Amino acid sequence: MDAGLDKVDAIWEKEVAIVDGIDISGPWNRMFEQRVVWEYTPELIDKVAALPGAESFSWCYQCAKCVPVCPVDMVGDYGPRKLYRKAQTGVDLFTSDDLWLCTTCMNCVRVCKKVVDMVKIMPAVREQAVLDGFVPEELQKAFEDTAKYGNPLGQSQRKRAAWTKKSDVPVPIMKDLKRPVDVLWYVGSYPSYHPRGIDAALAAARIFHALGVDYGILGREEKDDGDSQRLAGETGLFEMLAEHNISMFEKYEWNLMVVTGPHEYNAFKKEYKQRFGFDRPIQHYTQFLADRLDDLKPLLKHEVPLKVTFHDPCYLGRHHGEYDAPRALLQAIPGLELIEMGRCRENGYCCGGGGGGMWLDSFTQNHTVMRLSERRVLEAAAYGAEVLAVACPFEVSRFEDAAKSTGNDQLRVLDILELLDMSMRGVSA
Amino acid sequence: MNIVVAIKHVPSTADELELNDDGTNLDFDEVDFVLNEFDEHAIEQAVLVKEAAGGEVTVVGVDVIEELDGVLHTALAKGADKAAKIVGDIEPPINSHTHARWLADAIGEMGPDLVLTGVQAVDDLDGQIGPMLAAHLDMPYVGVVTGVSASNGSVTVHKEYPGGVMAEFEVSLPAVIGVQAAEKPPRYAPISKIRQMAKSAEIEEIDADEDFEYEGCELRQMAKPVSAGHAEMLEGDAEEVAEKIIALLEDRGLL
Amino acid sequence: MSNDILVIAEHLGGKVADISYEMVGKAKELAAAWGGQAIAVMLGSGMAEQAGTFASDATLYVDDPALAEFNPEAYGRVVAALVEEKSPRLVMFGSTSVGMDLAAWLSVKKDMPCVAYVNDLTVEDGELVATAQIYGGKMAAQCVPQGDAAVVSVMAGAFPADAGRGSTAAEQIASPADLSDLKVRFVQMIMPEAGDVDITAEEKLVAIGRGIGSEDNIELAQELAEALGAELAASRPITDAGWLPKTRQVGKSGVTVKPKLYLMLGISGAPEHLEGMKDAELIIAINTDENAPIFDVAHYGATQDLFDVAEAMLEALE
Repeated sequence: MDAGLDKVDAIWEKEVAIVDGIDISGPWNRMFEQRVVWEYTPELIDKVAALPGAESFSWCYQCAKCVPVCPVDMVGDYGPRKLYRKAQTGVDLFTSDDLWLCTTCMNCVRVCKKVVDMVKIMPAVREQAVLDGFVPEELQKAFEDTAKYGNPLGQSQRKRAAWTKKSDVPVPIMKDLKRPVDVLWYVGSYPSYHPRGIDAALAAARIFHALGVDYGILGREEKDDGDSQRLAGETGLFEMLAEHNISMFEKYEWNLMVVTGPHEYNAFKKEYKQRFGFDRPIQHYTQFLADRLDDLKPLLKHEVPLKVTFHDPCYLGRHHGEYDAPRALLQAIPGLELIEMGRCRENGYCCGGGGGGMWLDSFTQNHTVMRLSERRVLEAAAYGAEVLAVACPFEVSRFEDAAKSTGNDQLRVLDILELLDMSMRGVSA
Repeated sequence: MNIVVAIKHVPSTADELELNDDGTNLDFDEVDFVLNEFDEHAIEQAVLVKEAAGGEVTVVGVDVIEELDGVLHTALAKGADKAAKIVGDIEPPINSHTHARWLADAIGEMGPDLVLTGVQAVDDLDGQIGPMLAAHLDMPYVGVVTGVSASNGSVTVHKEYPGGVMAEFEVSLPAVIGVQAAEKPPRYAPISKIRQMAKSAEIEEIDADEDFEYEGCELRQMAKPVSAGHAEMLEGDAEEVAEKIIALLEDRGLL
Repeated sequence: MSNDILVIAEHLGGKVADISYEMVGKAKELAAAWGGQAIAVMLGSGMAEQAGTFASDATLYVDDPALAEFNPEAYGRVVAALVEEKSPRLVMFGSTSVGMDLAAWLSVKKDMPCVAYVNDLTVEDGELVATAQIYGGKMAAQCVPQGDAAVVSVMAGAFPADAGRGSTAAEQIASPADLSDLKVRFVQMIMPEAGDVDITAEEKLVAIGRGIGSEDNIELAQELAEALGAELAASRPITDAGWLPKTRQVGKSGVTVKPKLYLMLGISGAPEHLEGMKDAELIIAINTDENAPIFDVAHYGATQDLFDVAEAMLEALE
């Protein structure tokens, strides 16, 4: 391939070489001319690396450290290293199904000596694919719903605060409060609309109320953070939502923002800051509550005698280094026994929901032997856990479905908020 | 081929609708406007015809609440070539007769070969705009169409009847076609692309003939329909609801 | 102007559509109030016999080969000529694939006001009051057409058909309009692919709509249908997406069904769908939107997640 040759430094080799009268002919000579060593064509690698943000794709030197830690590789035949190798052999990542399998969990970047950053490469390539119209149908529907309704569940924007009607404690909405608050609670789409997400939101409301937190939510003025849509390639949608949310954040006076979900945490703390200069104090709820453990502990009156294991959310753990706050909360619950799975903390497994995976379930299923969530549930069950505790709103429904589909109905999936609430109220599991 | 798509910005019925104080129409301050869903199909069909037969697609609509730009940018991102909006001292509700007259004025100037529009819209109280455009432009009309293919000065269309029956017509151009559904589901326009359009695209502005007034109907009253009854709601969680349904079926010997 | 009403009848495959009788029945009532005649107008070719099945005060049968199958242009020309000739006070069309091509066109062509999606018509102090559904059936609008003459398009099923059935002898006439040089040419009828089940003959139907979300979820609905001994039916979005064959579509452009059980999963109840199933003996609707219009029509309803309910039912049935 001529185009390829241009880019490769040709190496020449002589069959016969006599230097200073000494015959040094032989196969060990690599420094002279005569034979061309062909390199694989780098075109498809360069095509990826040419995108802003995706430059590191070409740095890969095929050491393969990323493959065994890739959660998708564990249930399929996908690995970051393989993308580079496939590109060498003519697979165009822009139109390959591989493009949609990465959950941006970041475990590969953790071990990569060359810092080949899939968390940046994937959104860059996907953005181009989205513009070119190569989008899996189910993901496109999530984009459309988010664009139309402000949330990927396709629920009415006007009903975003409808869950508060189910709350037995007041849930103040900023628009009605008309005064500054200490804490702005960004609830998030799944806690606002998904039935199991609402359970966690209701628990959070009770905990905040019991702690006497002066807080408010945005209600109908809140829209999805858009970060997972960005990671799935819809940058414009992300920007549109960011502009909306930031204008709402700035409309009211508050000191600290608390978010229910790690993806929102990443969105506001990192992406909104870097791209839009939104720079305000933000905490994930586990951090916020862990900071108030002294006030919280006396409220945790009832035993929750359960064997609990914790699944580190990728976007709280690896992406932001927070491993201790959720564990501190779980350990504060009387009677609760916390056990760790093999894949925890820095090497925590992925639920499959990140980077757009939340809306690619059927697509991914066709490329894996089991769902990532199923793999994780099997691990939790193998460790004898009665409860798989989570701290990300994507995970409850994913793991509950997985518990059912793998025949592990005995394994309960609960948000840490729900466990705290159980201990606070004495509601039995 | 010069293809024009006539679109309508209509109240969204996704949410609870509220009436104005005198109960003669919606409280338009409290309602979102969306592109008529059938017009989404008309746009898609227009782009499909263009892709198959070549030509240019222009999308035109009345800017009822001064928020049509977003709709037009989306159409451009989906493959339309030009966009135009009819502007003036306009406030909702704008009835179909006025819509049709203004659109026909604008479209007549564009010299189209083919005019596509959604077969109906949620606010068509005084009739659908497709046949009205045809009457104004003196063109033939076929509506409830689910497929359009163009060839030498005519289009072949499939018109739907009940029960999955369809009639095939050949229609000489220029003509107006009322689209029920495009051959393919409307494509997704990435917001990234729409935002590019919002920055770069020019939208032509056409003045509405504000002297035109249609007073064919006096809208006396609008209200939520009085239903003969309401379903008996089955309460409880999913399991309880399931049990209740099964009990109902058993009672009636349906199991 | 006369006080007569022209009812534009429809037929498909040699059979008069029920909407024609429904309109004739109502037209008689209105014409009586005005002291005029309800005139059924049938356009076709070789349809003399069917033209004699109305209970109208008079029936005109326009026979021309160009009218054998519906053609919006040819039908439009004939209706416009008849309106010119008879100056009726009201012209009634069905809010159907046929009527929707003609009513609004005639309104502009003959400068007559138009009310679409009508589901009730009354005469109050000599004035016509039309009630129409608007905004996807979420509102009912009461309109009074101004002037001497009006056009309405009437929803299928709004009035009883039996009141319009009869045996008034039809007067056969030649087309009052020139039907040559038509720009719209009928080519052929395309019948649905045979081989699929006929859902109109099924006693139990599980109907799915937009709420089903994605094609993969149809499997669950199919399992539930099988467990109930039912067949799957669908609303338009499902067949449009190609998830189920067109033969499964219930409603305006699909079929009309009257099963003993119509279990609806994720269908909000747009008027177009209601038209095709409202006479089912037992309608149970599951839809998360408590304000969905379907709950005004269903006998029983639930706002639980349809997947949870379907799974729970499957479990219970096993």
